Amino acid sequence: MQPSYHQAVHRFALFLVACTLLLLIAGALVTSNEAALSVPDWPLSYGTLLPPMVGGIVFEDSHRKIAGAVLLLTLILAIWLWRAEQRRWMRWLGLAAFAAVLGQAILGGLTVLLNLHYGMPVAHACLAQIFFGIVVSIALFTSNWWTADHPRLEDSGSPSVHSLAFLNAGVIFLQVVLGAGFRHKDIPIWPHLVGAGAVLATVTWTGAALRRRFEHSREMRLARILLHSFFGMQFLLGIGALWSRMSTANAPQPLPVTIAFTVAHTVLGALLFACSVAVILVCRRLVPRIREVAARTPEQAALS
Amino acid sequence: MKARFWASLACLSGLALVLVSCGKKEETAENAPAGQPAATPIDMSTVGSVSGAVKLEGPAPKPKKINMGADQFCASVHPGGGATEEVVTDASGDLANVIVYVKEGLGNRTFDAPKTPVELDQKGCMYSPHIVTLMAGQTFDVKNADQTTHNIHPVPKNNREWNKSQAPGAPDISDTFAREEVAIPVQCQVHPWMKSYIAVFKHPYFAVTGANGSFDIKNLPPGTYTLEAWHEKFGVSDQTVTIGAKEAKTVTFSFKPATGGD
Repeated sequence: MQPSYHQAVHRFALFLVACTLLLLIAGALVTSNEAALSVPDWPLSYGTLLPPMVGGIVFEDSHRKIAGAVLLLTLILAIWLWRAEQRRWMRWLGLAAFAAVLGQAILGGLTVLLNLHYGMPVAHACLAQIFFGIVVSIALFTSNWWTADHPRLEDSGSPSVHSLAFLNAGVIFLQVVLGAGFRHKDIPIWPHLVGAGAVLATVTWTGAALRRRFEHSREMRLARILLHSFFGMQFLLGIGALWSRMSTANAPQPLPVTIAFTVAHTVLGALLFACSVAVILVCRRLVPRIREVAARTPEQAALS
Repeated sequence: MKARFWASLACLSGLALVLVSCGKKEETAENAPAGQPAATPIDMSTVGSVSGAVKLEGPAPKPKKINMGADQFCASVHPGGGATEEVVTDASGDLANVIVYVKEGLGNRTFDAPKTPVELDQKGCMYSPHIVTLMAGQTFDVKNADQTTHNIHPVPKNNREWNKSQAPGAPDISDTFAREEVAIPVQCQVHPWMKSYIAVFKHPYFAVTGANGSFDIKNLPPGTYTLEAWHEKFGVSDQTVTIGAKEAKTVTFSFKPATGGD
């Protein structure tokens, strides 16, 4: 059965994507300003909802308040999907998004209460990426494009575009984990640099496959351009972030140049990961997988 | 399906509880009164002393400027911006804020911690003094003389870590450290430029160099000791000194900016 398009749900999902992006910026500002422990208690800040907004408290408390708003918006979306969605798996995806943001809030609290130990900051940073990926997926699944009919594309290459897109997203996520590990001083820089090389390889491979195999597909071209653009900018921002960090290593406090580069690098990393998830989904929507091709009737095969 | 969901939820909750209780367990164990042995008697008629100075060879790095614009109160106290205190020297190259202490040579002697507390104040969005020294078990009080909120966050490797906030006019925060550690960084994440160090010893033979780079360690029993000078930027430097009965020795330490120690 063809799922129906709910414009309001889709727009709400897009609004949630924008709010989550704002939350990612706020979170990156907390880390870059070394403000994570400026508010020692949780869930309240200094025992109140309105703490003194000075110094690092501005970043930490703003992050908490935006997170609260995103939690509420995700709950609304989950309820809305549960009531309005025909696709059963979409209803569960809405609940998964809510579970992820709730888990993220608890991880954020543990990050503060455990003084940034036990890998909590890295776990918090990685779950943020997963949550963003889920929210972007929901926005895509509820779009008019997803629910409309599209001609199926033939994938004649090997490995399949599905495997490539999945590998690409996996490597980007691993790179996000390594980046978070470095930013939170759990690992040295070199694994993140090696990861950048791996991402360069998978993004180039995936982009080349999309170009060669689906040259005339508008969606695949857009996916390829976005993937390449995000990665190109991310690579340059990574160099900028590293340079600013090294050149201000002995500064008495985080400097604006380091903060700007690091925040931009972190947020674009999230966008790149979300883009790689979207590439998986677009491929899934347009290109039948091997077992789907095998299941086609001789008449369907003849028509393709 | 439902059973699996509730089982997963129970596992996650259990994990969170274990993590939280792990943090608390450390706190409880360390705050418990330790069965300290009685202090070893020192024959005060034979004690000597060691004094001296710490020098910086070569030009001192310039203090770095601090931008306190993030907090209006701090900016009003330092209209032209503050300066770091990590390297403080006078015109002769005498180095302040160096901890000089007996590292080895006291054997199995034990010492009582003084009853008087040591103070760490927050004045003009800077820590005062920059270096705090005390004995294990000795109380130290954190004060807030500022009209702004601070958080105090010691980051030890060998002691219990904590992070507490202190509003303007709030009561002092009193605490102790159980184990020897040189030195524990102290940070304020509200004002990320605020940095200080706390050194904890199990004996009373330590000093911090003043503005003229001098130090004086008194009442040392006769013996051969390893003295160590610790600086937050230049690292450590050791010297061996033998003190006879009622003898006063002089020792000079020197650090080099480029190499990080002598």
